[in-house]
Amino acid sequence: MNRSTLLFLALAVWLSAFAQTQFASLRDLLSVPVALGPSLVCYAALTQGPGAAIGLAVLGALLSDALSSAPLGSGIPAPFLLALTLHLQRHLILRDQRFAQFWIGFGAGVGVPLLTLATLAMTRAQPVTGAFTLLQLLGLGLVNGVACPVLFALFDLLHRAFDYRPLASTTFRPDRETVRGRQFRPR
Amino acid sequence: MRSSDTGPNVLKRTHHLAIIGVGILTLVLLNLPEPVEARVKSAIGAAFLPLFGLRAAADSVVDRAAYQALPRSTLVDHLLRLERENAELRVAALQTTDLLGENQRLRTAIGAAPRGPWRPKLARVVGREPTTWWRTLQINLGSRDGLAADQVVVSGSGLVGRVSQAGLTHSRVALVGDAECGVSVVVHETRDLGIIKPGQTLSGDGGLVELTLMQNCPGIMAGQTVTTSGLGGVFPAGLPVGTIVDTRNDGGNVFTTARVRLTANLNRLEEVWVLQP
Repeated sequence: MNRSTLLFLALAVWLSAFAQTQFASLRDLLSVPVALGPSLVCYAALTQGPGAAIGLAVLGALLSDALSSAPLGSGIPAPFLLALTLHLQRHLILRDQRFAQFWIGFGAGVGVPLLTLATLAMTRAQPVTGAFTLLQLLGLGLVNGVACPVLFALFDLLHRAFDYRPLASTTFRPDRETVRGRQFRPR
Repeated sequence: MRSSDTGPNVLKRTHHLAIIGVGILTLVLLNLPEPVEARVKSAIGAAFLPLFGLRAAADSVVDRAAYQALPRSTLVDHLLRLERENAELRVAALQTTDLLGENQRLRTAIGAAPRGPWRPKLARVVGREPTTWWRTLQINLGSRDGLAADQVVVSGSGLVGRVSQAGLTHSRVALVGDAECGVSVVVHETRDLGIIKPGQTLSGDGGLVELTLMQNCPGIMAGQTVTTSGLGGVFPAGLPVGTIVDTRNDGGNVFTTARVRLTANLNRLEEVWVLQP
């Protein structure tokens, strides 16, 4: 984990929570809000430590709940579980492959709202759902499926631009250097 | 860039702690009393004030640029049309003032509570619901502008909803069709009473809502207008709500359900009026 990537991720979570309430025309076109929170959680879970991934998931959920009519806290369990599961399984996931990123984003885009609905079912809230909700979930999955590889590429770019590169180690060792004296005369 | 892996035991402990911590946080937040929850939401929502400000500034720049780009002749035409409309509205307002006075006198004579004129306050829509299963929007007026919960929100064409939560600078409006905005309505032509309940149509069209009538009403048909009934104490009577699209009989012909096309286009709202008592 490094600070600049974490800072960019927190900034992205803040902006994505706000973006969910904007872009009315795009929202009408897709029938779903531009909700990139699940994709950001995926990136954080696969590239950052557990504390950062879980922290960002909770932060995103709280910010989104603050702008929503949903009970405060109802949006936390779903992204938290996503962050935890992905972080635990990150060794098994081909996180550098674009197709894997798409399917992770798609799964997160469908799974997080579905789990949030399940959480809401356990509260006093009455979400407005129907058969069209299934299509909306699919739409959210597609939005996040497309966004996930883009976010991976963007954050990798930011990382390369703003973070220290790891010091490249060479095979040169001074104690193994061949000492050449007068006896050695190349032909 | 990738995080360094730690030993499995440490990870397990961290995960357990995280699960317990997040679980407790969620339970505490979900069980907050409503006024406290509203305050906490308002406090967290304050993090977005710079972005709302930026958006307002950007809107203002775009509006000004659009006016600059319009030819002078078009602007003069607009001005003349608005002046004409203004004159007509002044005459209509004179007549309405007279009728209102008469109405107040009659209500006093029969002992009914007086119905004062509304004080409409213009608000700009600055955000929509971030999820798909609520119908709300955010407006740029809050408690410091005199807004309070349950105040009625309308657009030029009809009922929009009610203020569900008033923050200091921004408020959330529950739209018609949301769980927090049940509306008692009356079919104008037949005077049949009904309630607009939260629900989603198969097409997901936000402009359509379901109206459940109190009884089997054979006289209800497409094209009839629906207005607020005034029952319930939140919405004043007579506000236009929508037009009936189609009807069906539910519950073994015990009551009628109708789909209503709202007169206000809730997906395209940019400015709304908050009616203050």
